[in-house]
Amino acid sequence: MQTDRKRESLLRNSGVQTIIGSLLCIAIGLLIGYVVLLIINPAGAGGAIAAILKNYFYYPSHVAVMKYLGTTLVKASALLVCSLSVLFAWKVGLFNIGVAGQYVIGAGASLYCALGLGLPWYVCLIAAMVCAALVGGISGALKAYFNVNEVISCIMLNWIGLYSVNMLLNTVKEQTTPYTKTLESANSSALLPNIGLDKVFSNNEFVTVGIVFAVLAAIIVWVLLDRTKFGFELKATGLNKHAAKYCGMREKRNIILAMMISGALAGLGAAVFFLCGIEQWMVQMTSIPAMGFNGIAAAFLGGSHPIGAIFSSYFIQHITSGGSYVDKTMYVAQISDLISAFIIYLCGFVFFFKGWLGRLLDKRDEKRAAAQEKGGKAQ
Amino acid sequence: MILLLQYTLIFASVLLLVALGGCFSEHGGVINIGLEGIMVMGALGGALTMKYLPADMPAAVVILIVILACAVVGMLFSLLLGVAAIRFNADQTLVGTALNLLGPAAAVVLVRAINMAEDANNVSSTVAYGTAKKAFTTNIGSFELNWFMLVALLVLIASYIVLYKTRFGLRLCACGEHPQAADSVGINVYKMRYAGVLISGALGGLGGLVYITAGVSEWKFETGVAGFGFLALAVMIFGQWKPINIALAALLFGLFRALSNVYTGFDALVALNLPSTVYNMLPYIISLIVLVFVSGKSKAPKAEGIPYDKGQR
Repeated sequence: MQTDRKRESLLRNSGVQTIIGSLLCIAIGLLIGYVVLLIINPAGAGGAIAAILKNYFYYPSHVAVMKYLGTTLVKASALLVCSLSVLFAWKVGLFNIGVAGQYVIGAGASLYCALGLGLPWYVCLIAAMVCAALVGGISGALKAYFNVNEVISCIMLNWIGLYSVNMLLNTVKEQTTPYTKTLESANSSALLPNIGLDKVFSNNEFVTVGIVFAVLAAIIVWVLLDRTKFGFELKATGLNKHAAKYCGMREKRNIILAMMISGALAGLGAAVFFLCGIEQWMVQMTSIPAMGFNGIAAAFLGGSHPIGAIFSSYFIQHITSGGSYVDKTMYVAQISDLISAFIIYLCGFVFFFKGWLGRLLDKRDEKRAAAQEKGGKAQ
Repeated sequence: MILLLQYTLIFASVLLLVALGGCFSEHGGVINIGLEGIMVMGALGGALTMKYLPADMPAAVVILIVILACAVVGMLFSLLLGVAAIRFNADQTLVGTALNLLGPAAAVVLVRAINMAEDANNVSSTVAYGTAKKAFTTNIGSFELNWFMLVALLVLIASYIVLYKTRFGLRLCACGEHPQAADSVGINVYKMRYAGVLISGALGGLGGLVYITAGVSEWKFETGVAGFGFLALAVMIFGQWKPINIALAALLFGLFRALSNVYTGFDALVALNLPSTVYNMLPYIISLIVLVFVSGKSKAPKAEGIPYDKGQR
């Protein structure tokens, strides 16, 4: 009896409910992906889902597994910071869909400082954060002073940012290709230091201090939101800005600051990704990089909690990278995007699921109480 | 000059159709951020229909079938938003964003699967419409009239009448302003909201098709619709949720979008010597500035974005 009650109180815990909800989202998302694969070609569907879930375990040797684990971690760390950006704004009642554009601005600023101005990595990193914070701040200021819906202004800024960055980085691109110069050849001082992490992952030179920065950012965001007066003020503003104003908080300043911090995080995400040299920017890009939008997925899958985001961003990156191992003669890599899109869609139901679980538990309690009463009378 | 007019009208038609779709959904009380994804899915439905239609059909029939196809696909896709937002009280912004990611991803997976099934070496995400597209246009002098411009005009007139002159439209608006009050006089809020979302799905899907068939004869679905769904939302806000104002706003935005296609034809603009990227950015910059001026005294439906709870006062 005692253990029973304990298990029940655990099920009533909001955090546990969120975790169950997220796991359900993943399971249903994968199931839908499997069904889509079955429809396209039933012969290899099982193998394809396995390939997506296995990702780097595809390689037989331990060395290769470690190396590609490193690459997945590098991408996941950028994704983590982007998802932190989304959830930070979300806690303040803002939907920062502009994380993608702020990420683009961060990439532009860091690469231009590195390649155009020849600055060392820490300056590039700070430049990325500052520029992205300013762009985020524009959306925040428009929201605070002109009541412009932040989702719409962010989308507009996404496209403006993409075209401007293409124009800016056009000045530091290689002569013959549409890609920017590599950091290694142009300015190796802009590469993030490895601090020995590359040795752990089979000499994967892309594994840098960036991963540490990402995890640190998660912890800082968590402390800031849950343990400081500033975080409390921000959350209060998000819940009801009129009440916050009434209580003497400067609600306009809070909205702008929240968007600026959110933007700075997106810029940091871009910096840790592009300053490790893993990818170059393509200056003819006509669509916004998926990193920001995947950040939205990771933020909600992680129950919009910074620590949850660490796990969810790893998972989203894991299946996104895993998509490239599906059998290309039958399927396409984008099946992973489809699965993660379904997972975000399902995240919308988590709130409903929690309510439903609560009602279910209430009903069970009622029944049990009634049964006990009956038992008592019989005696 | 005629080319500019032509492009302006066709882009304005796209924006008008999609913005009117958003207008119906929001008057019912559901924010439809997912219009971008709905456009892609509707475009996909239309493009695939055109691909498989026999070549020798009369033009009017082709147009009708294609319109029907993209409207139905758009409606089915918008049901994802409807069910989540109306039945399960999900966050409408979140679900709408999910639709925006889902639409392009699903379209690419589907188109590639079809292409690969036809020819194992063809891994592109491009659909060629074949000859069906010819049915959409007719020449008046050097002006190429696209029938969808006319369709957009008809939809505009119909929207005005439906929203302001019929019982359905007025009830729909009531559900977006004060659903509890609407319910108290016997209107089924859930049904009305579903209707709003479905209409936005149909119009969004149609707008997507018009967008991808404007000018080109094949479409690469990896490109999506380049933020047009969101531009349409900006048009809707600029138009203050009123059909006639939306039409004027769509014309303005269409003009700026058209400029990026044809600015090389104007000596005065070429003389400015701006990079073409600036013209690409122009619609987005203008919409941002416009939003600053019109958002302050917003006429948005009062209850939009709030899930309807029967028990709430």
